[in-house]
Amino acid sequence: MCLAVPGKVIERRGNKAIIDYGGVRREADISLVDVKEGDYVIVHAGFAIQVLSKEDAEETLKIFEEMLKNA
Amino acid sequence: MLQLRDKKIADEILARIKKLNLQLKIMHVCGTHQDTIVRYGLDSLLKNCGIEVIQGPGCPVCVTTTLEIQKAITLAKNGVTVATFGDMIKVPAAGTSLQKARAEGGDVRVVYSIDDAVKMAEKGEVVFIGVGFETTAPSTAVTLLNEPENFYVLSCHRYIPPALDALLGMGEIKLDGIICPGHVSTIIGMEPYKPLSSRYKIPQVIAGFEPLDILMAVYMIARQIDEGRHEVENEYVRVVRSEGNKKAQEALKEVFNPADAEWRGFPVIKKSKMALKKEFEEYDAEKRYENLLENIEMAEEAKGCRCGEVLRGLIYPQQCPLFGKICNPSNPVGPCMVSIEGACNIEYRYKE
Ligand code: SF4
Repeated sequence: MCLAVPGKVIERRGNKAIIDYGGVRREADISLVDVKEGDYVIVHAGFAIQVLSKEDAEETLKIFEEMLKNA
Repeated sequence: MLQLRDKKIADEILARIKKLNLQLKIMHVCGTHQDTIVRYGLDSLLKNCGIEVIQGPGCPVCVTTTLEIQKAITLAKNGVTVATFGDMIKVPAAGTSLQKARAEGGDVRVVYSIDDAVKMAEKGEVVFIGVGFETTAPSTAVTLLNEPENFYVLSCHRYIPPALDALLGMGEIKLDGIICPGHVSTIIGMEPYKPLSSRYKIPQVIAGFEPLDILMAVYMIARQIDEGRHEVENEYVRVVRSEGNKKAQEALKEVFNPADAEWRGFPVIKKSKMALKKEFEEYDAEKRYENLLENIEMAEEAKGCRCGEVLRGLIYPQQCPLFGKICNPSNPVGPCMVSIEGACNIEYRYKE
């Protein structure tokens, strides 16, 4: 249930938005986040709970490399 | 995201952990973390580096008490339409379950989102069984703030930090560090964990759900211990902001009050359950159906089931004598075998 998946905001309609999960589109409630079309969000049980920061996977890997370097 | 499974980086992190030469027991409280750990065999990889990782009370369905499930079943048996997330319907309680109540004619619906339940309520009264931690509860809060009609909630929502506090305070299990749940933390941020780190001198690291996230979080905990620190750190920076999600926090605060409550396997934990505030009483299933619900007594737990100890991190699923023999996902004895977030279910799915 705590599974939450990232998807892309395709179209906003008031409190709802169409979210694209790599081809599969579903509606989600966006009243808990400030989003614009094109943003990536984490969706849990039909509600977007956070906008993914630009620090995507690549950024995380960079942080990892930094940490491993400094160890 | 695939890169977050990079074998080379994984090996490097593991080598660093091993080099610190520590013997640690680390707890996490999230079914999705456990899924990643068991699916990718991180448990044995880490064991080789001296690190034991165990799942605590991190499965909302599992920590829901037998009494709460009895209440849901009672409603279903008395002609009330009950809507709930899938895992709940199979949890055995008092020799029955929501699934059995449905087979006997009860109106029990499985929903993927609280929205589905609200839509159902257009046709008549619906009770939504609100299960889940801070990740899920904001959706219930937002829904009630929208003033739905014919709609009631049986709140079984709970807060994670009080459970960690209880667990550390009980002192039954000696823990060296905690991996904090990524999506609960998405909502609550880093602040609520801080008093625990100072009180119990224990490192806590918020982690994401890819294998490298978990390994990195373990390494960050090990490093804190090696350097004599006990802080709250965030590995899952791509999603978790240190202040969390303010809108969701506000919705929770508006709708719920923290109440003392039992968790499965635990005695009463102070301020750990989200009870509907007085202003939202009109949506409270416990009030609406008071006549049906007020005198139910909690039934005995299933004989031999050791979910309580699994949830307190005292035993691994395999240490339960019923595991895989009498108890399996098609015939679950306890909720930890029912829920896909339960330690017994995850262990069975990947290892049996
Ligand atoms: S294996 Fe089954 S009976 Fe044993 S603790 Fe897990 S759920 Fe309970």
